[in-house]
Amino acid sequence: MNTVTQAKEKDIREDIAWAQINRDVLASLAQPRGTYWAIFAMAFGMFLVGVGCEAYQYEKGLGVSAMNNPDVWGLYIATFIFWIGMSHSGTLLSAILHIIHADWRKPIYRFAEAMTTFSLMTAGLFVAVHLGRVWQIYYALPYPNERWAWPNFQSPLLWDAMAIFTYLSSSILFLYVGAIPDFAICRDNATGWRKTFYEKLSLGWMGTDRQWRNFRVAYLVIACFLIPLAVSVHSIVASDFAMSQQPGWHITSFPPYFVAGALYSGCAAIITLFIMLRYTFRFEEYMTMPILDKTARLTFAIAMVWTYLNLIEYSSVWYGSDQVAKETLIQRATGPYAFYWWSMNFLGSVVPFTLIFKKLRANLTAMMIVSLLLNLGMWLERWMIVTPTFSHGYYPWTWDHTFFPSWVQWGIVFGSFGWFGMLFMLFCKLVPSVSMYEVKEMVFHRKLAKVHVREA
Amino acid sequence: MTTKRLLGLFNDFDQASAALRELRDANLPYLDWNDVTIKSPIEHPDVEDVLGVRSIPIRNYTLVGALLGGSLGFLGLATSQGNFFSQLKGGKPIIPLPPDFVLTYEMLILGGVYITVLGFLICAGLPHRVKSDLYDVKVSEDQVGVMVKANAHCITEVRKIFESHKVLSIQEEVVR
Repeated sequence: MNTVTQAKEKDIREDIAWAQINRDVLASLAQPRGTYWAIFAMAFGMFLVGVGCEAYQYEKGLGVSAMNNPDVWGLYIATFIFWIGMSHSGTLLSAILHIIHADWRKPIYRFAEAMTTFSLMTAGLFVAVHLGRVWQIYYALPYPNERWAWPNFQSPLLWDAMAIFTYLSSSILFLYVGAIPDFAICRDNATGWRKTFYEKLSLGWMGTDRQWRNFRVAYLVIACFLIPLAVSVHSIVASDFAMSQQPGWHITSFPPYFVAGALYSGCAAIITLFIMLRYTFRFEEYMTMPILDKTARLTFAIAMVWTYLNLIEYSSVWYGSDQVAKETLIQRATGPYAFYWWSMNFLGSVVPFTLIFKKLRANLTAMMIVSLLLNLGMWLERWMIVTPTFSHGYYPWTWDHTFFPSWVQWGIVFGSFGWFGMLFMLFCKLVPSVSMYEVKEMVFHRKLAKVHVREA
Repeated sequence: MTTKRLLGLFNDFDQASAALRELRDANLPYLDWNDVTIKSPIEHPDVEDVLGVRSIPIRNYTLVGALLGGSLGFLGLATSQGNFFSQLKGGKPIIPLPPDFVLTYEMLILGGVYITVLGFLICAGLPHRVKSDLYDVKVSEDQVGVMVKANAHCITEVRKIFESHKVLSIQEEVVR
């Protein structure tokens, strides 16, 4: 582990052989460290806990989750928002960095995009889970029917469904299209069932100039579409809250606040997965310390944007004319959820200041801990948006300050991390988590730039 | 006369480019420049210099996809709201424009992305059977292939040019 914690600051070598890049990345599909299986087993175990809790809730009814009026959303919707937020940085950052030609994105974008896909798939589960009786989703689907149960097009919940479907399918296509040249590399080096598998996925890619030319434009165009799409998805999720009349939610700055929060938690998750994959798949040569350093700086910048918007939210409530919203804010800071609310503020706004220290950014263990703490803060943020408002709404006779999620809710939330981890680790075993052709492009262009500088 | 296909593998882009330039300057009869293809592990950095500008019609697909997605999305929503989804609105419009704008926006992006991917597959000639064409696994690793389709006489000249530029290996086949 020494090699991990005391990693030196060196970037990808320009003279690295392209065949070596193929060998290193393909080896990750065949022989990861034992840690891979340990993480997979742990994730599977967590997933089983979640399945067990969901089965129990399904059998006994939603009462076992301790959700009741007025606390009707609980951890399920808070965690739904958390996972939607996690999905943001992967595709959005990949698309933005691709458009501005930031080449340091190349070794890390593949797993970040995969993170987007699996986060969205995890978030989708919570919509069904929070219904309690999961078959009820049949009645919620928008289609003409004889029961006159029409969808309400003016509800942000319906926009949510549409936006998430668009984002999920577009992200999967973005991830898939970007991986086609790598599937061809896998096809050329695989045997047995893997060869058949990659043959199908690579669609017969041969790296012709015609394929590359069209690939470049298609990838760029999809990236351009994904940027406004990603922003719209979390703005719409924010509208679920901001367009309601609940105290503490009806705030104009909610959409940008949600988008910043989503980018923030996504960046922190990229750091966590970066460190995990770097060690597990021996990617020290590609997932370098300078890339981690840049990601950490970006996380710090986004953390400050989030902190600013958070303070704006507090001050607009504090100085606004909505007395009930102000009372809810005071209740958050002094009531039964005060510990979680202050923890959220500390973890979200104070802990990121540790990222200004270069020494810390160069220490993988410390970075792992900080990234996990930041995401804990962001998860608490979502919970602190949902529960305190429900427990202290407009009418005193609906107040319930004693609400605390039951072990069933905690178990399902715990299980969702297992479900995500399991899917993600499975993906990393089947799809190269470092883009081989883009790393080749990166070293090629860096080498070319050096030659030009020397000649000048 | 028999038509043949020849694939020469080069160590890097410089050698492949040099061979292509000489091939172009040789001005061989019966060689259609559109039948010259580069196969490489990354996009050739000077591909347009050596092969000339070739069209990329994907953006047209994108435009059509986005327009179709947006317009059909809005029309679909509006007609369904006006017919089988109509609800008692209490004086509010049957077709509410602000919410429909949000949904139209999503549909525009959905249409744009889907049709762009479809356009990419069509324009790039995918899916494609690898066995139906000359190919070497080294192309996906670190070597650059130049493939030429021409008549048999022409192919002999091409082979000579390739060999003068340190070609690593050559594959040849008769096109049926």
